[in-house]
Amino acid sequence: MTAEIKSIPTGTHAGGAILTHKRENLWQDAFRRLLRNRAAVVGGVIVIILALTAILADLIALMPYDEQTLVDQNKVPAYMVKLFPSMKPYAKISDKYPMGADYVGRDLYSRMVYGSRISMSIALIGPLISLFIGVIYGSISGYFGGRVDNIMMRIVDVLYAFPGLLFIILLMSFFRSSLSDPTPGTLSYMLGQLDAKLGGMLFIMIGIGLTAWETMARMTRGQVLSVREKEYIEAAHMLGVSDLRIMFRHILPNIIGPLIVVETLAIPGYIALEAFLSFIGLGINPPMPSWGAMIADGSRVIRTYPNQAIFPALALAITMFAFNFLGDGLRDALEPRLRGNQ
Amino acid sequence: MGHYIARRLIYLAAVLLVVSAITFILMHAVPGGPFDQEKRVPPEILANLNRRYHLDEPLPVQYARYLYDVMLPHFTTNPPKNTVDNDFLINFRISKLWVQWMNFGPTYSSRSRTVNDIFRQQLPVSMQLGILALFLAIATGIPLGIMAALKQNTIFDYLGMSLAIFGVCVPVIVLGPLLVWIFAVEMKVLPASGWGSTPPFLFGVFPQTLGWDYFKFAILPVVALGLGSSAIIARLTRATLLQVVREDYIRTARAKGLQERLVITRHALKNSLIPVITILGPLFAALVTGTFVTELIFGIPGMGRYFVTSITNRDYPVIMGTILLYSVFLVIANLVVDILYAYLDPRIRYD
Repeated sequence: MTAEIKSIPTGTHAGGAILTHKRENLWQDAFRRLLRNRAAVVGGVIVIILALTAILADLIALMPYDEQTLVDQNKVPAYMVKLFPSMKPYAKISDKYPMGADYVGRDLYSRMVYGSRISMSIALIGPLISLFIGVIYGSISGYFGGRVDNIMMRIVDVLYAFPGLLFIILLMSFFRSSLSDPTPGTLSYMLGQLDAKLGGMLFIMIGIGLTAWETMARMTRGQVLSVREKEYIEAAHMLGVSDLRIMFRHILPNIIGPLIVVETLAIPGYIALEAFLSFIGLGINPPMPSWGAMIADGSRVIRTYPNQAIFPALALAITMFAFNFLGDGLRDALEPRLRGNQ
Repeated sequence: MGHYIARRLIYLAAVLLVVSAITFILMHAVPGGPFDQEKRVPPEILANLNRRYHLDEPLPVQYARYLYDVMLPHFTTNPPKNTVDNDFLINFRISKLWVQWMNFGPTYSSRSRTVNDIFRQQLPVSMQLGILALFLAIATGIPLGIMAALKQNTIFDYLGMSLAIFGVCVPVIVLGPLLVWIFAVEMKVLPASGWGSTPPFLFGVFPQTLGWDYFKFAILPVVALGLGSSAIIARLTRATLLQVVREDYIRTARAKGLQERLVITRHALKNSLIPVITILGPLFAALVTGTFVTELIFGIPGMGRYFVTSITNRDYPVIMGTILLYSVFLVIANLVVDILYAYLDPRIRYD
C-alpha cells in the first residue's frame, strides 16, 4: 500500500519532479488536517497503544494466556464486587488477577492483552487482502471494459447475492475440515500446519479475503472508468505505454486515495467479523485468546460473573470506536467528497 | 417496468443456481460424510443410511435430484401424502391437479423432521426478530436524522450523532452481553434469554398474541440488533437532508412563502429519503444475517442455532436450504428496493 504511494515520487517520466512535489504537499496537507481533528487524533492514539500492546504482549501480560490454575477459577479482585453488585453472593476474592480469572482459572487481563494480537492483525491484514484482490480485479474489469467487464461484474453480482455471513461460516468449516489433511507433504497439510501455528488466523484471513473484496472491486472499477477517459491516459496510450504500466503507473496512483479511505472505514467491520467467528467457535483455535471467544465464554456465566464478558466486550468496542474515528478523520482529510456516503 | 422485473426474476433463478452449485461443491468437497462422526457405525448401517438419503449416488445425480425437488413444481393427480420424504413448503390444488413446490428434504439429525419443519417453526422467530429490528431502525433512525439535520450544530445534533456513532461502532456481540448484564442481571427487569412466541404462528409468521409477555423477550435482542442499522439510517438521513435543504427548489418553496413545516415535510423530506430507501436493501441483508448472531447471544430458538449446528454436523439439506432461502431474501429485497427507487424518483427508468 505505502509502497505504491511512495513509488510516485520516484517517477521517471518527464515532469515527474513537479508532480512529485505537489503530491507530497497533498499528503502533508491531509496529515495536517487529520491532526486538527480531535476525535481522529484520540482514535489514532488508541490505535497506536493497541498496536504496541499487541506487539509487546509478552512484556505487558502478567502470565501466559494458557496458564491454568484450576483452584482459582472465576476468582475476582475485591474492587470487582463493588463494580458488579450482582456478583456478591458468588464472588471468591483473590487479588492475584487484576480483572479476575476465567472459568478454568486463566488470568483475564493477560488473555485480553494477547487477544489484542488477533484483532490488530485482522485490522492490518483484512484491508490489505481486500485491497489487493479488489483493486486488481476492479482495475482489469474497468480498464478493459466491454465483454471482460460484463463477465467479471456479473461474477461479483452473483457473489453479492450470497448471504455473506452464512457463506463465511460455510467457508470456515470447509477450511477447517478439508485442509487439516493428516498426510504430511501435501499443500493442504502445509496450510493446516501454518494455520495451527498461527492459532487459526490463516483461515480467518482467507475467509475474510474471499468475501470482502467484492465491494472494493466494484469501487475500483467505477474509479477506473472515470479516470480511463482522461487526456493523460490517452497521451500515455499514444506514447505506446503498455496496458499494465498504464494501469498501475498512471491510473492506480490517481484512484488509490478514496479506496484506502473506504478500506479504513471497513476495518471495524473486519474486527467485528473475526470476533463473531471466534464467538461461534469457527474463528481462532483455543486456547489462543480472541475477544470474541472470550465474550462467548463470558456470556455463559454472565448471570454470576459478568466481568468475564463485559471486559472483553468493552475492549472490542473501544477498538472499533478508535478505528472508526481514525477512519472518519482520514476520510475528511483525504476525500471529503466521500462524506455523504456513510 | 414489467420487462425489467421479468429480467430480474430470471436473474434471480440464475443466481440461485450458482449459489446452490457453489454451496453444494463446498459441502461435498470436504472429506467424509454426515454419518461418520464420533462413534463408529457398522459399515452395513452406514451403507443403508447413505442409501436412505441418496448419498451413495454420484454427486451430479444428487445435485440434480436436489434441484428437481426444490426448484421445480411437482404435479400429482392423487392427493399427496405428507411424509418425511414428501413434505413440500407450498401445496395447492388446481381442480384435480395437486401442485407441490419446494421440498428442501429431510434433516439428517432427526429422522422425523424435515428442513421444511425447521422453516415452519424456527424461521418465523428469526423473521419476527428481523422485522422488529428493521422497524426499530426505521422508526428511530429517520426522526433522529431529521432532528439532527434541522437543528444542525446544536446539542440535539451532537447527541443524535454521538448515538449514531455508538450504534455503528458497537457490534451485536458487544451490545448483547452489555444489555443482558444491565437489564437482566443487575436490574432484573427483562429476561436474559428466550423468545415469547411458539408455533403455530399467525399467517405462518406472526405471533398469536402481542403483549408484555411477548415484548419482554423481544426488547433486548431487537435493540441489540436494530441499533446499528438505526445509526446508519440516522447518519444518512442527516447527510442527505442537509444536502437537499440547500437545493434551489427549497429556496423557491420558501420564496413563495410556504410554511417552513410544509417546505420540510413535502419538499425536503421526500427527496432526502430516496438514498435512505436505497440502503434499505443492504441493511435488510445485514439484519437478516445479524439475526443469527443475536439469536445465539440471547438464546432465541430461531434459524441461527440450527445453521451453526448443521454446519458442524454436516447436515447437507439444512445448510443448502438455509443458504438458498436467505439468498432469495437478499435478491428479492434488492429488487423491491430498486422498484421503490424508480417509483419515488421518476427520473429513474429501467428499460
